[in-house]
Amino acid sequence: MGLLTPDPGLVFWSAITFGILVFILRRYAWKPILQAVKSREETIEYALAAAEQARVEVEDLNATKVQIMNEAKEERDKLIKDARELKKSMLDDAKTKAQQEADKIIASARLQIEREKNEAILQLKEKVAEFSVDIAGKLLEEELQTSDKQKAIIDKYLQEVNFN
Amino acid sequence: MQLIKKLLALIAALALTISVHANDQHQESTDAEFDPMEMIMHHIADAHEWHVISYTNKQGQEQHITIPLPVILIDDGLHIFMSSAFHHGETLVRKGEKYYKLYHGKIYVTDAEGTIEYNDHHEVINAQPIDFSITRNVASMWLSILLIIGLFTSAAKRYRGPPAVPKGLQSFLEPLILFVRDDIAYAQIDRHKADRFLPFLLTLFFFIWINNLIGLVPFFPGGSNLTGNISLTMVLALITFFVTNFSGTKSYWGHIFWMPGVPVPIRLLLSVIEFIGLFTKPFALMIRLLANITAGHIIILSLFSLIFVMKSAYVGFVSVPMALMMFMLELLVAVLQAYIFTLLSALFIGMAVESEEH
Repeated sequence: MGLLTPDPGLVFWSAITFGILVFILRRYAWKPILQAVKSREETIEYALAAAEQARVEVEDLNATKVQIMNEAKEERDKLIKDARELKKSMLDDAKTKAQQEADKIIASARLQIEREKNEAILQLKEKVAEFSVDIAGKLLEEELQTSDKQKAIIDKYLQEVNFN
Repeated sequence: MQLIKKLLALIAALALTISVHANDQHQESTDAEFDPMEMIMHHIADAHEWHVISYTNKQGQEQHITIPLPVILIDDGLHIFMSSAFHHGETLVRKGEKYYKLYHGKIYVTDAEGTIEYNDHHEVINAQPIDFSITRNVASMWLSILLIIGLFTSAAKRYRGPPAVPKGLQSFLEPLILFVRDDIAYAQIDRHKADRFLPFLLTLFFFIWINNLIGLVPFFPGGSNLTGNISLTMVLALITFFVTNFSGTKSYWGHIFWMPGVPVPIRLLLSVIEFIGLFTKPFALMIRLLANITAGHIIILSLFSLIFVMKSAYVGFVSVPMALMMFMLELLVAVLQAYIFTLLSALFIGMAVESEEH
């Protein structure tokens, strides 16, 4: 069968041709193409990794931001609370102090009043004593006249004395 | 575009050498019996001239337009002349003391009258010179490698500079190259060893595929049955054989001649089987490609022959759609056979370079 008999001429030429083709393509096509593709793949891989890393970093950053914001919020709330408490305590203090002051003033006023009252009573007593001495003098003068009359005079003067 | 222009220019240059030749010696009568077998064999066999077209002129003479190709014979020295000297086999060429005759695509040594002698089996017994002619298949192969080199070197130019998005031709070829690299080479051969074989596998794949496609083009400059020729498939299979066995590791040869882990009698038996297997693998490669491509050509040619056998143009309504279907199938077979040949080559190489551990 002619179809199944190799022809030395074609065997020779195809071996040479294929060899040359492999040589040329390896040098001028496969090497540059495969190298470029490989370097491109590496670039893409690197870029993807970098993007992933950047994404993780951004995520971290976001988490940190949220954390910081939460902390700030807590801090603010705490500050506000503290301020409120402080205000309340200051008010309370002020109130107590004012009360105490008022109480003190009132107490001292009372003391003053008491003292003045006592003084007044003392003076009154002195006055009463003076009056009594006067009355007694007068009585003694009256006694010298009638005892009834004396009695009536004493009553009369006593009635005239108003202790208040 | 540049490439296509260059190719067209090349074809035009070839066309300038076309010889128009009047076949007026034996005027074939138009109602001679059509022999499909001869027509098909003529188409799938190699030839010493590149047939472009034949027609019958007004005088009723059959005209052949062919591109003559160089004939290189080694027979008591080197003889180089153009195949047009044979006048399609009608004239003898005398070189020194010898006469050469072109008979059914082959060159024979004859006497001065050009007598062809046959044996009992109707086989030609005339002596044949060693024929290193640039035949149609060789010319077609050279055209194909110009095309391949043009395609891939122009695509390679685009890879200069920093990494960029593929464009144009590059974006068409790159997925194919990556397919061969990832799904053929890297899938079958250890990753760190595969790169060494990539140029061979890539070249193999595109060489077979493009030549399969050129073979499917039914008019000049296509139509040569290069990948359906046993000489070419044998060379490719032999290259795979040598690449495989020259890169075989110790463990590979160990598995062939002294299979570890089995009893000695079975080892002996296995070594015989494995040794035969060394040769059957490339042999199967050779026959598979040859048979698939030649079969496709024969089927398509047979379908068209039906029209002439039945002597009715109406048969064309059946033949043409069926041939069209076959052409579609052959387009698939063209890439499939290139894939299978490359895949199996990669598989054999992968087995040969496999490391010890497994």
